[in-house]
Amino acid sequence: MKKNYLASCGNWFLDRFPLTKLWNDHMAQYYAPKNFNFWYFFGSLALLVLVNQLVTGILLTMNYKPDAGLAFDSVEYIMREVPWGWLVRYMHSTGASAFFLVVYLHMFRGLIYGSFKQPRELVWIFGMLLFVALMAEAFMGYLLPWGQMSYWGAQVIISLFSAIPVIGDDLSLWVRGDYVISDATLNRFFAFHVISIPLILIMLVFLHIVALHEVGSNNPDGIEIKASKDPWGHPVDGIPFHPYYTVKDIVGVAVFIFFFATVLFYMPEMGGYFLEHANFIPADPLATPEHIAPVWYFTPFYAILRAIPDKFAGVIAMGGAIVVLFLLPWLDRSPVKSIRYRGGIYKKAILMFVISFLGLGYLGMQAPTAGATIMARIFTAMYFGFFLLMPIYTRWEKTKPVPKQLTDQPTIEDRIPGWKATFCEMVKEVPVEKDGATVMRKRPDTSGIINVLIRIAKNLKASLD
Amino acid sequence: MKKILQICLLLLVPLGAFASAGIELEDADIDLTDHQSLENGAHLYVQYCLGCHSTKYIRYLNLADDFNIDQQEILQKVAPEGAGIYDKMLTAMNGHDAKKWFGTTPPDLSLIARSRGEDWLVSYLKGFYQDPSKKTGVNNTVFPDVAMPNPLWQLQGEQKAIVKTIDGREVITGLVITEAGAMTTKQFDKAVNDIVAFLVYAGEPAQVQRQSMGKYVLLFILMFGVIAYLLKKEYWKDVH
Repeated sequence: MKKNYLASCGNWFLDRFPLTKLWNDHMAQYYAPKNFNFWYFFGSLALLVLVNQLVTGILLTMNYKPDAGLAFDSVEYIMREVPWGWLVRYMHSTGASAFFLVVYLHMFRGLIYGSFKQPRELVWIFGMLLFVALMAEAFMGYLLPWGQMSYWGAQVIISLFSAIPVIGDDLSLWVRGDYVISDATLNRFFAFHVISIPLILIMLVFLHIVALHEVGSNNPDGIEIKASKDPWGHPVDGIPFHPYYTVKDIVGVAVFIFFFATVLFYMPEMGGYFLEHANFIPADPLATPEHIAPVWYFTPFYAILRAIPDKFAGVIAMGGAIVVLFLLPWLDRSPVKSIRYRGGIYKKAILMFVISFLGLGYLGMQAPTAGATIMARIFTAMYFGFFLLMPIYTRWEKTKPVPKQLTDQPTIEDRIPGWKATFCEMVKEVPVEKDGATVMRKRPDTSGIINVLIRIAKNLKASLD
Repeated sequence: MKKILQICLLLLVPLGAFASAGIELEDADIDLTDHQSLENGAHLYVQYCLGCHSTKYIRYLNLADDFNIDQQEILQKVAPEGAGIYDKMLTAMNGHDAKKWFGTTPPDLSLIARSRGEDWLVSYLKGFYQDPSKKTGVNNTVFPDVAMPNPLWQLQGEQKAIVKTIDGREVITGLVITEAGAMTTKQFDKAVNDIVAFLVYAGEPAQVQRQSMGKYVLLFILMFGVIAYLLKKEYWKDVH
């Protein structure tokens, strides 16, 4: 009788809510291409980090005090007195950096496999809105610990609004709610950080996923799997997301949280990149730190800002660096999606883009010397060149023929023997006398390492053509 | 295209040369599981630093709990006269007076090890040298024109800077002791190291717990990963 009672309860619910349909549409009967590789883990990982940030964030709010006089002490209270407070706080602070790492890799995946191209433009637009919301969330959250870098970082960024002609000064005053960063600013940033922007983030994640599931996932070959279907109407190259990709993503989750926990338990400050040293000094409006640098995930854009001599033009360039990403689906005129079937020019252009992005990220952390500024200008030109010249070079280049169905590529498991052989080539065994017996010790082998490096360089060069 | 790449590589070269020249920091040798060193550090801190600097996030009770020492012993050996076990490590000096005497309020040192780093602290505490042009009579190699006098001079003795002229600039290449203090160099090095160990502890009391817990968490995740991988392999057998 008990079983019947439970079943009828369930049926009552299912008669009134399309849970089965939702589950099937988005999990059990959502067909995803079967050849997702390493790059496809980062979408689900971004969702995991978002959940981590929401849960730890709620727990932190229970002990944090959004008050200029109490904020810094309340963070230390969480770190010292609240049971497991240090763990929750480090999960949140490490999670912020992990979020950007994962999202940057997720976006890079879109870039190399053309996931932003027709018919997935809207998926890309929602994703970019998510990125902008995430940046706002991180920026406002960084003020909350009320350390020196929180304070002065916010001061520098908000003063950028004052570079806008005519309304600039009033606008920055309106954003701060005071003439300097103060208690008023902290309170409104707290409100935005814990309520407004998380709501926007969750809504955009919903839209991002709904839009994706409407058009279906792209894949490393950049072909539409819906084009070839079996007699039952399922894509030949597709597999149901659940259980195949749920179990696969769990492996990705395990690898990710392994690295996440390593950082969290052994290097939560990450040498000053995740938690900046100067942020352990309480905010002091009268003492400007010698060197103000944003957290690492903002430094590429900060470097672009500093590279431009005029402040307002710098603000425009920094905004433009993000706006141009929104336009990507229309800048790319290539008939093929995936980098596998593009010509050499796009591959080299992507390489240049990666170099410029990492270079800008590095320079944004350094003090602005004359040499660094010149480098930042070159990288800025490369960054914008990649996007603005795209309509020309993608139309220009010769693409390779695209297959009708997904191709077979070696998986990570298949590659392990090759990696093993490479490793063995780089070390040689040296006999060592120990306690009268001869044992073999492994030593790095210079000529082997050189051979391997030459081979890698040759492969890289070949893959760029 | 190749040319552009070459130019970029060439431009990357000077990036490494940006590192500035200066006095090399000494290496601190901190062991947070050495409770004796921490207790000694706390004791020296109370004697030589607490006169001006608070450590407001630490109570004497924390020391007893975290160093595994009896509360009575902490009160007798470490805490100043009259302090209770639940008291915070606060200085008796008034901030207003301090400003009058030193020109600045001595900062709270709870988090100094996290903002400055342990190597910097060791180098700073050992880096005082005679400089008659300063109000306090001393200057510091890693913190030039510091407002603080050398609190440990009785222990260390007095130091003089060895100045050499390199490229037309006067550079301090080292320090020599001109007048011996109450401690030998070796004893003093240990004392400084203990004080810094205490400050590193004060910066994040949870760090010992954090690190000792880490390996079990990682081991658990590793096992979880193996099981997840086997599950994935089982499910994916029929995907070709």
